Order: sequence, then structure tokens, then C-alpha cells
Amino acid sequence: MKYRLTTALIALAAAGAVQAQENVLRIYNWSDYIAEDTLEKFTAATGIEVTYDVYDSNEVLEAKMLAGSSGYDLVVPTSDFLQRQIAAGVYMPLDKSKLPNLANMDEALMAGAAAYDPGNTYSVIYMWGTTGIGYNVAAVTERLGEDYEVDSWALVFDPEITAKLADCGVSMLDAPTEMIPAAMNYLGLDPNSTNKADLEAGAALLESVRPNIRYFNSSQYISDLANGDTCVAVGWSGDVFQAQARALEAENGVEIAYVIPKEGALQWFDMMAIPADAPNPDAAHAFINFVMDAQITADITNYVWYANANAASMPLVDPEITSDPGIFPTEAAKGGLWASTVYDARTDRTITRLWTRVKTGQ
Amino acid sequence: MSGGGKWGRRFVIAVPNIWLILFFMLPFLVVLKISLSEPRIAIPPYAPLWDWVDGALRFNINFENYAYMWEDSLYINAYLSSLKIAAISTLLALFIGYPMAYYIARSPEPRRSILLLLVVLPFWTSFLLRVYAWIGILKTKGVLNAVLLRAGIIDQPLIILQTDVAVYIGIVYTYLPFLILPLYANLVKLDDTLLEASHDLGASRISSFFRITLPLSMPGIIAGSMLVFIPVIGEFVIPALLGGPDTLMIGSVLWDEYFKNRDWPVASAVAMVMLVVMIIPIMILRSAQNKGAEI
Repeated sequence: MKYRLTTALIALAAAGAVQAQENVLRIYNWSDYIAEDTLEKFTAATGIEVTYDVYDSNEVLEAKMLAGSSGYDLVVPTSDFLQRQIAAGVYMPLDKSKLPNLANMDEALMAGAAAYDPGNTYSVIYMWGTTGIGYNVAAVTERLGEDYEVDSWALVFDPEITAKLADCGVSMLDAPTEMIPAAMNYLGLDPNSTNKADLEAGAALLESVRPNIRYFNSSQYISDLANGDTCVAVGWSGDVFQAQARALEAENGVEIAYVIPKEGALQWFDMMAIPADAPNPDAAHAFINFVMDAQITADITNYVWYANANAASMPLVDPEITSDPGIFPTEAAKGGLWASTVYDARTDRTITRLWTRVKTGQ
Repeated sequence: MSGGGKWGRRFVIAVPNIWLILFFMLPFLVVLKISLSEPRIAIPPYAPLWDWVDGALRFNINFENYAYMWEDSLYINAYLSSLKIAAISTLLALFIGYPMAYYIARSPEPRRSILLLLVVLPFWTSFLLRVYAWIGILKTKGVLNAVLLRAGIIDQPLIILQTDVAVYIGIVYTYLPFLILPLYANLVKLDDTLLEASHDLGASRISSFFRITLPLSMPGIIAGSMLVFIPVIGEFVIPALLGGPDTLMIGSVLWDEYFKNRDWPVASAVAMVMLVVMIIPIMILRSAQNKGAEI
């Protein structure tokens, strides 16, 4: 669930250039989404060479999958996109006899993912996270006062509050299927409603705060938050933590925090899946099983700061990460999380059109 | 000069024709075909245009995608906004580029080559990196604001990034060489004796410029303007990186159709209409160019 335009363009340019070779595994994953040594360790353990490409939006991955013959053996779509792609016949069922490490997985989370992929037939959870709010603690306190507690979507959806924050920069994800349901949820509506009136109400709320929004982008906020160029961003959990880490590294005095608002937030799963026309499905199975190793998954979480769904890895994950309610939500917060739905083509079009109206006023 | 010359000529004509058929005609027909089909969730994400049913060929041609674009003002507004941004960018580039091309063309030889090299030099760095560099310059805590604040010219940082101003800066910067080079090629051929004659007959330098240089450089102006105007209409990367939510261009509408709605047929229809919309200004410029050539 990350977005970076450059890599998208590079990936598009390189599309289809992959050639069939002996025992090479071609992975297509999100940018900045793996530990530095994971691929090295995989090659050392199995002798399989890895070609690793990255993308930064589900849309780019989906366009490539729907065009067919991508040449990739393993991809990592987000759950709701995965569900639609399964319906389009993009993926092959996993051969679970080749995945003994499935025993390591957290049953409750895998059951959650099964809502999109019944029986977990086609996919295994890679990482998961939430869509909440990242903010610059000092800048927000300065504008809203010491007593203001940041625990609500009001920070970005209340026009009076965003007006006070506009001068230091508020950004939102350019992801209509996440932003509009979040607005609907704030209004007390069902975030998964496909009722046109509900969707329009959500969009109208966004339009009301629109004058105070600096931009809609799904990756830029990482560096902008870290540098203090903006001070509030609706963003993906791990990305906000990356901004926090970058600011700490730069020692620029910027303190970034992430909050899952009390009204609730979207919970999403990024899933490992094998395209039906993968040239080397055996290597892809080997990789999925390798990642499900407790130590390997723990290494990835320790590096990218996204939650994993590997119960066996928990003792190996940094306590600083496991104890952070922004990464592993508390039991109370878990109740407020919702899962995304898959929309039919008509609803998709309605949402995209409403989103254009929110963004451009057209 | 019999058989050999004839075959040689045929070969020379065939190369550009094959090129056009392979890289323009065929892709055009593919896009046209997709624009007439219906979207569906499958690989590929649109229905076939024809299929065999009980031994009969059946066509499933669908004009709804075009009708749909008429019903929603978004598309027409996006086209108009793209045309406006392209026109303003071209004029800005012309105002900056003409004096530069003129100066280079009038410079003595060793300096002229160096100046030309400097115009081309930015191409040695990736276009994407140069646009990213502008983000660093224009952002709220960027280079430009730091300099202006330090110099005491402004008290509050200017918000330029994510506005149309940043888009214009990015576009004019990126496309300027495409305007300067054809203009230079034209100006450098200017016959000095014409200017001498004009001077001898009592015309001032300014009057000579407007009555001799400018009309004679018209083909260069038009060629350069077309090289800026046409690609800017479909520009996607610069507004995506430097522009804000207010910047409406057909490129981003196309992106939304293709990636967000995964509606390849409507995306193709938008592309087809864009082609038609672009033909009109190109025809106007072409006829202006032909007139210019007659002078």
C-alpha cells in the first residue's frame, strides 16, 4: 500500500522485458517493503536467483496483471484488489503441500484475509496495516493547543480544525476507495455502504475540507512529514513510521506520531499470490514458504515497521514494534477496524467520479 | 538509371511507410477497437469486438463509451484545461526561448557552439530527475523560499509547489530546448544582407527586427511551438509531480480511467477524442506555417 510515481513509471517501461531463464524467481512487490537481506538469504538457502521489481500502487500492478503475461512469479496485491483479480482469473491456487510454514500463521488474521480469498486458496498474508493519521506533534499542538487530544478523524475531516492546520500543510491519500469510506465512517455511516447517497455524503464532507488540503498523494507525505514540509497526513501505518524514523535520523527536531482514530480505520492485508501464467511457480512457492519462516518475517517487520500475520515470529519482533498500538492495535482498537469491500464496476465509477469532484471541483 | 534506381526509391519510401503502419496505424486501430468494446473483469479487461456464434460472425460494437463522455462535463473541461495549459506554456516558452535562440544565432562561432551545447546539456540527465529537482527548489522549505527569506524579500514562505504555477515552471523548463533548437536553426540562416539593406534604407534596429527577422523566422516559431504545444496537451508526469489537486489535465483523467476505474474502453475513447482534439490546433498551425513559407 505504497505509492511512488517514479518506480511506477520505471516499472511500466520495463514491462514484459523479463525473459524466461533457468531457475530464476521474478518478484513484483511494493517499494521499500522487504528487509535488506531477505533476498540474499533466500538465494543462499535455495540456490534460486531473484529478479526483484517494485511498484507503488495497486492500480499499476492490476493493470499489468489484467494485461496478462506479466512474466512475474510472485506479486503482492492488497486484499480487495486481490479479490477482484481472483475473479478475473489472474492467480493460480496455491499448492499447500509445498507450504509447511503455513502452520506459523496467525489463524485469526488468516481468517480475516479469507473474507477476500475464501479458504486462503490463492494467497498468504505478507504484511498488514491500517490507514490512519500521521502528524507532526509540535506543529499540531502549536495550532490546536496543549489540551487538544489527537484521537479522532476530526483532525482531517472537521473544516474548522483543518482551517487552523492549512498553513502547515494537510495531505490525504490519493486513494478514493480508502478516503471516501473513511469520511462516511466519520459521519456515522457504514464505511462499506455502496449506497450512492452515502458515498455522496462522504464526498461532500471531503469537499467541505478540500480548501484546506495541500495535496492528494500516496507517497509524498513520507518525506514531507519527515522534513516538516507538511504537518498532517492521512497515510498508511508503516509509511508514517518510516517518516518518523527518517526525522529521527535527520535529527531535525520533527516528531511524527501515528494514530488509529477512535472512530475506527481501514485494516488491509497485502497478500502474496502467484499469477496463473507464472513461468516458475515452484520457486514462487519456495519463496512464500521461506518468507513464512518466523525469523525471516520478523526481520522484514523489524525493517519496514509493518505488522505481519506470523504468530511464530512475534517473539522475534522488536518489542518497540509489538508494543506500538499504531502497528499492532490494542484489542479495543481492533473492534473499530473495518475491512474494505470490493465494488462493482458501476460503484467504482461513481467513487472515482466523486473523487475527481473532490480533488478538482469538477 | 533503370531498375536499381526504381527499387532504391521504392525502398526509401517503404521504410517510413512501414514505420508508420507498425508504430502508428496498428496501435491506433488497437485503441480504436478497445474504445468500441465493453469492460469486464477478465484478462484482458474488455469484451472481444467480434466472436463466432453458431458459425456466424457477430460484432459487439458499443458506442456508449463515447456517449458517456458527452454526458459528463468532466471530459470536455479536462480537454479545455489541457489546451489552455498547453497554449499558455507555449507562449511563455516563446517569450523566453525566442531571445535565447536569437542571441545564440547572432553569437560568433566558438561561443555559439558552447551556447548550443548548454541548451542540449540538460538532456544528459534524466527528465524525471530534473522534475524532482524542481520539487526540491519550489517546496515550502525548499531552496527558493530559503533564499527569498534569507534575503528579506518575503516574510512567509511562498506556496508554489502543488499549484498551477509550479506546473507552468516545470513545463516551460522541460520543453524550452524543443522550442529553441528549431528556432535557432531558422534564425541562423537569416541573410545578413537583408538587415544591412533595411538599415541602409533608414529602418531602425527595432523596426528591422519586426519587419524582417520576425516574419522570416515564422516557420521556426511555428515548428518550435508545435513541438511544445502538442506533447504538453497530453503531459502527465509534470502535473502529477508538481501540480496540485486543482490542476485538471486530460492525462490524469486518462490515468484515472485506466488505473482507478480499470475501464480500458472509456480510457481508449478518451485517447481517441484527444487525438481528434489535437488535430484542430495542428491544422491551424500547419496552415499558418504554409502561409509563412510563401512570404
